[in-house]
Amino acid sequence: MRRTVPLVITLIVGTVLIVAEFVPHKPFGNLGDKFSMYFDIIAVFAFILGGGNLVRVHITKISRKKADWPFSAVTLAGFALVLAAGLFKIGNPGGIRGDVAVVGSLFNDLYIFIFTPLQASMFALLAFYVGSASYRAFRAKTVEATILLVAAFVILLGRTPFGLWLTGGFTGSWEFLQVPNLANWIMDVPNLAGQRAIMIGIALGVISMSLRIILGVERTYLGQDND
Amino acid sequence: MNAGKLLSYIILAIVVIAFVVSIALKGFLVTVGAFLTLFIFSFLYKDNPYYKFAEHLFVGASAAYWMSMGFWKTMVPNLFGKLYPPMVAWAVPALKNNPAQPLMLIPLVLGILLLMRLSSKAGWISRWALAFIVGTTAGLNLVRYLRSDFIQQINNTVFSLYVTNASGFDLGATISNVIIFGGVICGLIYFFFSKEHKGAFGAGARTGIIVLMITFGASFGYTVMARISLLVGRMQFLFGDWLGMIR
Amino acid sequence: MGNGHTEHKTLVERLQFIDRRIIFVFIGLAVVIPLLFGAVLKEETTPIVQTFFDTIEGLPEGSRVLLSFDYGPTTAPEIQPMVDAIVRQCAHRKSKMYMMALWATGDNLTGETIEKVLKPEFPDYKYGTDYINLGYQTGNQGLIRVLLVDFKMMYAVDASGTDVDSIPMMKNIRNLKNFDLIVSFGGGSPGIKEWVLYAGDPGKIPVGGGCTAVSAPLLYPYYPNQLIGLLGGAKGAAEYENALINAYPEYKGRKMAGMKLMMSQAVSHVVIMFFILFGNILYFIQRSRDKSRSMEAGR
Repeated sequence: MRRTVPLVITLIVGTVLIVAEFVPHKPFGNLGDKFSMYFDIIAVFAFILGGGNLVRVHITKISRKKADWPFSAVTLAGFALVLAAGLFKIGNPGGIRGDVAVVGSLFNDLYIFIFTPLQASMFALLAFYVGSASYRAFRAKTVEATILLVAAFVILLGRTPFGLWLTGGFTGSWEFLQVPNLANWIMDVPNLAGQRAIMIGIALGVISMSLRIILGVERTYLGQDND
Repeated sequence: MNAGKLLSYIILAIVVIAFVVSIALKGFLVTVGAFLTLFIFSFLYKDNPYYKFAEHLFVGASAAYWMSMGFWKTMVPNLFGKLYPPMVAWAVPALKNNPAQPLMLIPLVLGILLLMRLSSKAGWISRWALAFIVGTTAGLNLVRYLRSDFIQQINNTVFSLYVTNASGFDLGATISNVIIFGGVICGLIYFFFSKEHKGAFGAGARTGIIVLMITFGASFGYTVMARISLLVGRMQFLFGDWLGMIR
Repeated sequence: MGNGHTEHKTLVERLQFIDRRIIFVFIGLAVVIPLLFGAVLKEETTPIVQTFFDTIEGLPEGSRVLLSFDYGPTTAPEIQPMVDAIVRQCAHRKSKMYMMALWATGDNLTGETIEKVLKPEFPDYKYGTDYINLGYQTGNQGLIRVLLVDFKMMYAVDASGTDVDSIPMMKNIRNLKNFDLIVSFGGGSPGIKEWVLYAGDPGKIPVGGGCTAVSAPLLYPYYPNQLIGLLGGAKGAAEYENALINAYPEYKGRKMAGMKLMMSQAVSHVVIMFFILFGNILYFIQRSRDKSRSMEAGR
């Protein structure tokens, strides 16, 4: 029950979706469409699961007075505020029948003035660390590292007007040596070749992993116990 | 009271005063957004309670955001609205005359099984729902990756290695095509570990490394661009929307 | 230090291990100072962007364009300028815009775009006949798979709960194949790649994309056979705005959002390149000193 049923479900669902690609008619076509729709809907429960798990973890932290437990109260307060604004559509111009994300609702205001600054700033921090890493770690220690560094340099310079100012003297048949042109060439030629090789490699990996999952060879997603 | 504690109280007082003044001058919502941005940026100095506050608020707000969106955008119209439309008529009246679809019990049951993961005793049953999700993903991905990222990419790489244009032989385009063709082959050789990288095969692998290094260099350059753009966006908010210094 | 031994560091060593917060200050200044001056850079549109622009420009009046808002606040500074520019162009071309989102966070930004760009700049554009906001749906690639077969299976109502059958511009929409162009504004996954794999290739529907700079190099292998064009990051947005200005003179002299980013972007690039160069110079000085020291010790 614990392992066999999930393996059978995976086999049936996966096989139906593959067959539906080649035979997009009844019964496979319809079944494939239905399974895809069910998949879309089950995804919502994953959000609820995430929220439920978060609440459980932080309530435990508060009740056991673990380190930094007052911050868990902040998490729960933020969760409750946004959830109430979203579920009850507080301040929504259209009332409970309005669009939850409509401009002018409390939910949208919380999105713009709490969610956005927090999420965007968290990612913006990375700009500082990229700068720091460039100074401390980006070294031309080997030939390969030097090639990487030169390519990065051309791209960085080529995407600014300074690149053209520095190399604008190359004209006529030497125009290809202007840094912006070199940057475009790197993107269109060696970058494309490298990315395509990586893409083909990943595709082979995805295909083989999908087959392993559907055939029940790959079972790690089921967890540890063996019953 | 030691000096450290005194300093933290002074900082708290400054933050509170600045917050109040900002509300008076710029309004509540913009002030909240600006201070939360500054709290996150304070991590650049070192980890501190203001950053922790913002970080924990972010986690809670995010989870609730996704739950609310999922509930109203998908669960109400596409699950309950299809299973038994009158059930959601109070929120989405447009659906009330649609026919009921009893088969929608399947995703409902699978969804509830997924939530059983929260239970320590019955958590194992969530595997049934997980198996459905994993099976669907595998089934969807297998054919589409095979078609678009494998076959089509090979197809995209099959082109003329002797390029001509209106004025005759095009050296630049020919060189580019040869590099793309050779680069893809050598890149793939580098990823092929079942044969030792020696002789001609090794030379191919070494060429592959060079192509991949250029690729990673380009990716690094674009990553820098992306991160800087995000920072510019935040600074536009702080210095423009909040402080009004950018016109 | 703890054992009473005082380490004597050379200037090169001290510079190599400089407090990272000093570097942070330089990065911050490189971004903020150009912003305060408000300088705007002139851009040249590259072929990968121009092709995209020309494709939309070539669409006949009344063409159906699906705009998918697959991004969020983390990537909005890069992607929102692209969205604004493409929405403006579609409105000028009198295309019918169908807006949806694979990312929940994209749903709010759809509303913001409508309120800040479409309504004030194109007041004649009417909801339901010229544009529609379908909102967010869960499912990622599973959602695209369903839409390719039956659009109304997941979008029975629009974002505000109106039956799509009662909306004029939805009358002839059965599935994704009824669209003339799909444009994904992608901040990651799901995004442009998923639209190519699950809609563009199997449905033979033209797909174009505007993405964050991080994702741009990964998507180049799809161009031009599987992607009609690609805007990569703020630079791509600024280039698109340049194409828009060239085609529609009413935008001349206007400071467009993407172009406003570019001066800070350019100065920051130079600062980062300086850091890379300076760091490497220090590294090579240190390495040659270490070499000569070890040679002396070997004698």
